Amino acid sequence: MTYARLVGEEIANRAEGPLLFLSRSLDVGLNEAVEVEGADGSVRLGRIAALDRESITVEMLDDTAGLALQGTRVRFFGEPLRFHVGPGLLGRVFNGIGKPLDGGPPLAAEHAYRVDGLPIKPTAREAPSEFLETGFTSIDLMNSLVRGQKLPLFSGGGLPHDRIAVDIACNARLPGGAGEEEQFAIVFAGIGIPHDSAEFFREEMEKSGALARTVLFLNLASDSSAQRLLAPRFALTAAEYLAFVEGMHVLVILTDLTNYCEALREVSASRGEVPSRKGYPGYMYSDLATLYERAGRIRGRPGSVTQVPILTMPNDDITHPIPDLTGYITEGQIVLDRDLHRRDIYPPIRLLPSLSRLMKDGIGKGRTHADHPALAAQLYASYSQAQQTRVLAGVVGEDGLSENDRKLLLFGDDFEQKVIHQGVDARTLEESMAAGWSALRGLPAGELHRLDDRQIREHLLDRVPRREPVS
Amino acid sequence: MSTAETTWISGPVLRARPDGPFRLRESVTVGEQALLGEVIRIAREEITVQLYEDTSGLRPGIEVTGSGRLLSIRVGPAILSGIFDGLLRPVGDTRDPYVKPGMQPQAARRFRFTPSVRVGDPVLPGAPIGQVSNGTGIEQRCLVPPDLPGGRITAIADAGEYPDDQPICWIEAHDGRRVTVAMTHDWPVRVPRPVTARLPSDDPMLTGQRVIDCLFPVARGGTGAIPGGFGTGKTVLLETVAKWCNADVIVYVGCGERGNEMAGLLAEFTELEDPRSGRPLLERTVVIANTSNMPVSAREASIYTGITVAEYFRDQGMNVTLMADSTSRWAEALREVSGRLGELPGEAGYPAYLSSRLADFYERAARVRTLGGEIGSVTLLGAVSPPSGDFSEPVTTHTKRYVGSLWGLDARRAQARFYPAIHPLQSYSLVAGNLARWWHASGCTRWEELRRRFLTLLEDEARLERMARIIGRDAMPARQRLVLICAQLVNECFLRQSAFSVNDRYASPARQAVMMRLIGSFIEGSERLLDAGVAPEAIRDQPVFRRLMRMGEEIEDGDWEAFSALDQELTATIRRLINETRE
Ligand SMILES: Nc1ncnc2c1ncn2[C@@H]1O[C@H](COP(=O)(O)OP(=O)(O)OP(=O)(O)O)[C@@H](O)[C@H]1O
Ligand SMILES: [Mg+2]
Repeated sequence: MTYARLVGEEIANRAEGPLLFLSRSLDVGLNEAVEVEGADGSVRLGRIAALDRESITVEMLDDTAGLALQGTRVRFFGEPLRFHVGPGLLGRVFNGIGKPLDGGPPLAAEHAYRVDGLPIKPTAREAPSEFLETGFTSIDLMNSLVRGQKLPLFSGGGLPHDRIAVDIACNARLPGGAGEEEQFAIVFAGIGIPHDSAEFFREEMEKSGALARTVLFLNLASDSSAQRLLAPRFALTAAEYLAFVEGMHVLVILTDLTNYCEALREVSASRGEVPSRKGYPGYMYSDLATLYERAGRIRGRPGSVTQVPILTMPNDDITHPIPDLTGYITEGQIVLDRDLHRRDIYPPIRLLPSLSRLMKDGIGKGRTHADHPALAAQLYASYSQAQQTRVLAGVVGEDGLSENDRKLLLFGDDFEQKVIHQGVDARTLEESMAAGWSALRGLPAGELHRLDDRQIREHLLDRVPRREPVS
Repeated sequence: MSTAETTWISGPVLRARPDGPFRLRESVTVGEQALLGEVIRIAREEITVQLYEDTSGLRPGIEVTGSGRLLSIRVGPAILSGIFDGLLRPVGDTRDPYVKPGMQPQAARRFRFTPSVRVGDPVLPGAPIGQVSNGTGIEQRCLVPPDLPGGRITAIADAGEYPDDQPICWIEAHDGRRVTVAMTHDWPVRVPRPVTARLPSDDPMLTGQRVIDCLFPVARGGTGAIPGGFGTGKTVLLETVAKWCNADVIVYVGCGERGNEMAGLLAEFTELEDPRSGRPLLERTVVIANTSNMPVSAREASIYTGITVAEYFRDQGMNVTLMADSTSRWAEALREVSGRLGELPGEAGYPAYLSSRLADFYERAARVRTLGGEIGSVTLLGAVSPPSGDFSEPVTTHTKRYVGSLWGLDARRAQARFYPAIHPLQSYSLVAGNLARWWHASGCTRWEELRRRFLTLLEDEARLERMARIIGRDAMPARQRLVLICAQLVNECFLRQSAFSVNDRYASPARQAVMMRLIGSFIEGSERLLDAGVAPEAIRDQPVFRRLMRMGEEIEDGDWEAFSALDQELTATIRRLINETRE
């Protein structure tokens, strides 16, 4: 960042928590970025949070410990924080505020974008509808992801969300989409994550050969928490550049949003704001929206920004404000489950609370398969019945169950073992659908009310003789 | 007009030293970009202004200019089929795809005006003076603004095309003032537009959704709320109602929700046809979009903008339905503004006046006699997004006190992909009794009886399900097992209605009545079978049961033959089963 115009010397009067109060000797505007250089040469980033006639209030985006008033120089950028990007972004590693960490050369700064982004006009958005295959049946068949969607993973401590994110990043493709590869990019933002997680992701991407089309932004657990708030914004700015300027399809993985929200709470508390639920600020919904809403497509432009944010639910509690507000903004959620994980089911996706809202626009005739919607609907209906029957069986015992209920129980187990569980191998959508039909065969056909007669005939009844041809 | 000089600014709020009088809630513009704001506090030496736009770059010294009037929007023929932000500024121009500060209100457009009054005619405030056509299917009226005095017409434009902001009618008022009328006029959004009388409402606002129209109906001019946790189907339900309900004009307010949803809605409404007029749905729709990432303060205003637009069309004698998705985001915006003013927070941090603001909002729904003497209505439907899906939170509980119909969405139903996930035991309609007459008149003479029957069945089901969990389903008496089977039919075939099924997304009242009757026949027939000694499971396993379960999906609206064939199949099955047991 080399564009500071105005410099103020000896104007710092007071520092309190993250706030620094300056004399207003220069004509600067709200929200503009500043750099505060201490007498010891340390440089801290800040933002103008309030102005009156005499003073400027700067909110520091770095830890203020060690900051002195004497001898500090304040450089005013004259504009809000921007990220200078250009070709050569892919393959690079940055910290949470866009400074190279990989020892590589500085970026060719062709464009400078506000890291806060701008809201896309609803009229300028192209409604997302291109099915994106991830290789996971629980997603592709049951909760399909489309390009331009924001679909978070709701996880918990110790669950394999990193693994799933990596698998999605490596396997995601348009079905039958050859030649698309070079247009496909990944932006990964580690927000307050341990060094190991960052390293795991980098290594895996390297192994799969995808590192060359990946940009990493790393805000490690040891970095300042104020910068946690910036890391996803820098990452999304890079993603928007790749998508809407270079025309790529960008998959953005943000992990872990829980750390982001903790930082938000911390900063809000230090500003003395009135807290809302569980101490998080009342504006957390709007703040998260300024991140998540940056997913999408713009009409007339080739690229797309798809987001897979990851968050760990404190105490596995889906009603906690972090997953709750996220779910209210994102277009569905994929929920991971400790019990399935314990039973070695991979991916351990709990299907009932999982949802993809844009699924309906990306599947069906002319998009995936004409019978895809009905199959998913039937599997959902039967699996939820099976779950209820399990509860029933838990109380009255299997003996108290009817014939149909017992079949449902078997179906439930079968479904978890053969449809949800798939181990390390990615499946094509066709394979996923075949697994789904096969699980349904254990149920009485007349009970499958979400399927029409033709679907039952073609996919469920015909199969038996076809498999064992009568000689 | 007064001006003021900015002395302090932080976030979307600034303070300024006035050089003349300002009024509370007066709308102002700030700086060269003319950013829009509203005065939210006044003192002799200082005014506090809330801005509706991004304030980056603002600084002390910048000038605030008063407008002399309360925060207003310009209503007129150009609104219909348009898409606007929360302050009714068009966002349809996509040459720049981003929302930026300093957006402009709708520019003047030309419309065809045909006068319906003559020089010398007396006119009253709110009276129609001519027809306006905006090139789409719907004819609009040009009204004397309700806040002008009545008088006599001294001149009126001939039929022809005029810019909508130019005078087309000249009036000499009773008090001697001379005033002009254009096709557009300004109206303060927080002030309800006056009417001659509020009227009782005995007509349903039909939605084409069975669970609403038949079990928990809403009246024209009534109110309804949809509380539900995330992903339970509020938006899809509101959009579905917006598509198929029998309103003349739809005002859809996307208040703090998703951009992709608005894009999807626009795309669909351009493609889909209004079943009644055969014209694209967008032509009868006004979209007000203030997505979650657009400035929060404008979100607070967007609800009022929406209802003012709705009242404007009501005043032309139309039936208008407004959907607000989501009122919780509006309440949160209210909370943010209140917090900035340093007001004492009440329950869950909301200001103490949350309840009265909600009451004021829902109070603006009504069926009325307009100032012009016609009948019009505004029906209000609001989504409520309770934190953690917990209906005991303030916005839900207060909303419940003011709405006539409540459609409570159930997370368990939604998780099983049972849509709409309206839970019959957590929903109500206070107006169902008044609407029975309409259904009788439309030929559904057993509407009330069957409605009651279905509701009882669903209540019994809940009780029996609890029992089944203790003793097991097989151990229950046959009569109770039959109740569960009948309830399954009501749930699966009547309450469930996919918004995405081409056959079933909309059900005409006639189709709803037929389905209701068929289910009624099944319930009565199967009870007779039970008395004759047939096991409930044997009844369920008949092919006709599957056909009934799938009739919504399989039988198109208007295919009465298919319905009567199904009816005959049902009768024949029951007769056969009875004969079989006799033998
Ligand atoms: N009537 C319906 N028919 C078919 N599918 C539905 C229906 N209602 C909801 N759905 C499904 O449920 C998903 C979530 O619905 P919707 O987006 O309306 O939830 P919501 O309550 O508005 O959530 P949020 O509060 O987060 O906005 C939809 O994407 C759709 O797949
Ligand atoms: Mg919604």
